Amino acid sequence: MALPSYTETRYRIWHYIYIAICTFVFFFLIAPLFVIFPLSFNAEEFLVFSEGMKNLDPDAFSLRWYKDMIYGTKNPWGLAAKNSFIIAIFATIGSIILGTLAALGLSSRHMPYKGIIMATLISPMIVPLIISGVAIFFFMAKAGLAATHTGIVLAHIILGTPFVVITVTATLSGFDHSVTRAAASLGSNPVNTFMKITLPLILPGVISGGLFAFVTSFDEVVVVLFLAGLENTTIPVQMWTGLREQLSPTILAVATCLILLSTLILVSAELLRRRSERLRGINR
Amino acid sequence: MSSETKQILTTDGIPLEVSLKKAEKKNKIKAFLLVAPLLLFLVITYIFPIGDMFMRSVDDRMVTNMLPKTFKAMEKWENLDELPPEEVYRGFYEDYKLLAENQQHGKLGQRLNKEKNGFNTITKKLFRQIKRKKIDESASLKEQINKLHKRWRDVEYWQAIKRTAPPYTASKYLKGMDMYFAADGSIAQVDEDRRIHRILWLRTLEIAFFVTLFCFFMGYPIAHLLATLPMKYSNLLMICVLLPFWTSLLVRTASWMILLQQQGIVNDFFVMIGLVADDNRPEMMYNKVGTYVAMTQILLPFMVLPLYSVMKTISPSLMRAGKSLGGTPFVAFWKVYFPLTIPGIGAGCLLVFILAIGYYITPALVGGASGTLISNQIAFHMKTTLDWSFASAMGLMLLTGVLVIYWIYNKLVGVDNIKLG
Repeated sequence: MALPSYTETRYRIWHYIYIAICTFVFFFLIAPLFVIFPLSFNAEEFLVFSEGMKNLDPDAFSLRWYKDMIYGTKNPWGLAAKNSFIIAIFATIGSIILGTLAALGLSSRHMPYKGIIMATLISPMIVPLIISGVAIFFFMAKAGLAATHTGIVLAHIILGTPFVVITVTATLSGFDHSVTRAAASLGSNPVNTFMKITLPLILPGVISGGLFAFVTSFDEVVVVLFLAGLENTTIPVQMWTGLREQLSPTILAVATCLILLSTLILVSAELLRRRSERLRGINR
Repeated sequence: MSSETKQILTTDGIPLEVSLKKAEKKNKIKAFLLVAPLLLFLVITYIFPIGDMFMRSVDDRMVTNMLPKTFKAMEKWENLDELPPEEVYRGFYEDYKLLAENQQHGKLGQRLNKEKNGFNTITKKLFRQIKRKKIDESASLKEQINKLHKRWRDVEYWQAIKRTAPPYTASKYLKGMDMYFAADGSIAQVDEDRRIHRILWLRTLEIAFFVTLFCFFMGYPIAHLLATLPMKYSNLLMICVLLPFWTSLLVRTASWMILLQQQGIVNDFFVMIGLVADDNRPEMMYNKVGTYVAMTQILLPFMVLPLYSVMKTISPSLMRAGKSLGGTPFVAFWKVYFPLTIPGIGAGCLLVFILAIGYYITPALVGGASGTLISNQIAFHMKTTLDWSFASAMGLMLLTGVLVIYWIYNKLVGVDNIKLG
């Protein structure tokens, strides 16, 4: 953003102020994530940078909190991680199936009452989580699914489908329906057409919606707090409990792992988005 | 349609119009069947339970079912300023005796105590008399019950029983606004020092409003920068927005807890530049400052992304045209660029506001006592006091507010225009 040479001084000043503000905001957004990283390698129990760490003394760093996370006695993280992954994977599969089918129906131009149905399907994303939590809890309690994995998976499917519906509908908006008609005229049945023609084309949208659903489930705490028993504890629930009671460095080790996971997800989401745009012929 | 079109027939000899309509209908059903599984799933597990919340919030059938004879007799109680007639006493006695036999009398006492303080004592007294068989059913029950305690002779207590007669009540909603039904049925305000809910509503609105404002003022410049920078730089900077967006909410809250603590890095920095003395480090967590800072950072991506997607579509030549027509950069920005970004501003602000108004995890962790918002109160009543009907009522009040905003959002941007990333 080089300024042209004829810029007046006051606009020049304004421009630098603008760059300074932007730098500050970007710093504000990203810096907090990087505080956790060094502190999780702290050899001491305190959550501040020790003198040794400031002087980059190798003795001040250790992996003890990572060891504690994995091997620590009576540590809940192993069970929590297992539960989190199981729940998130099943919730993602459920959201993808239900959400993709619904998106296919919604993007048909024959769909009746499109507006109101779309609004209903998106509603779990808009309604505050606490209200969703209360409502879903009432249902699960009646259905006898409270404190079960099934109940939490179903709850997370409710919360995850809107993302799949939105991303797949967006992918389908640039979809050329003549290719499915071509397939049909060549004798393919609808299921075959979907598997061989439609699905490969909308796959980036489906997967990126699935990623949203996965992250939503993996990060969800409000509804799980209502539904989970001791056996169904998840990583966010454990973090919530830990943060409320005492901020221990083990939590920071877990948090570092979660940041690495989210980086991985970000990279895959970005790659998918680009691939999807390339496939749909959008060049930006 | 003219008559000519009707004459066109398909190969089967069916008029084309009929055939087309048939095909259209088939397509409609096909499309609907695809949506049906999700719709059905959501209606059963989500929409109905929200309706169930409403039923719970107004349901007051417990007393109605417990005291059927009392309420039947009360229909004949005409002068409400005087003690009810003997029939009412007899009805109440019979109802209560039945409850006592079924060990349900305690529930009634508690419920009536909520309606008017002091009921628990006098119903327990009545229970003991019934248990000892001290009450002579052939004599006047009115006299015997009145003799038990002076409160039974107070007409206000009988009026309180009568108020619990309707099977449905809006009292939980009034309680959510710090109001209640007074003895004469009018709506009254709770004493000033006990108005906790109104403070919470106002605080929730205040925090949601200011967080939205901060997000707007911080998000607008960077969205603009991202939209105007060449692709290779903006992609890199976009990571700064997307990485927090994909990172766990609790991780980000944890990092703020570390940063804002008294011996934390932010305070260290303030001490270093000489802003505050080392022995006088300000408390930045467990108050509103912490809530604002953490929530702004957490919700900022939701402001930047819609703004960015709108700004991306604005051609840079428009600004150049504005400037070449004699506008200063400020005028060109204000008159040309800014109006074009209004859809993005609307989308971003409403999204952040809706998310902020229902927030609960972050305020609970970094907000301390002043970080309690309406959502925390709902969770408290769900888990601790187990007053589910009150939690439902407050939840629905919050939901109504959000739906109004959602409706405005839909009018302004349309729900199908939500873009993610």
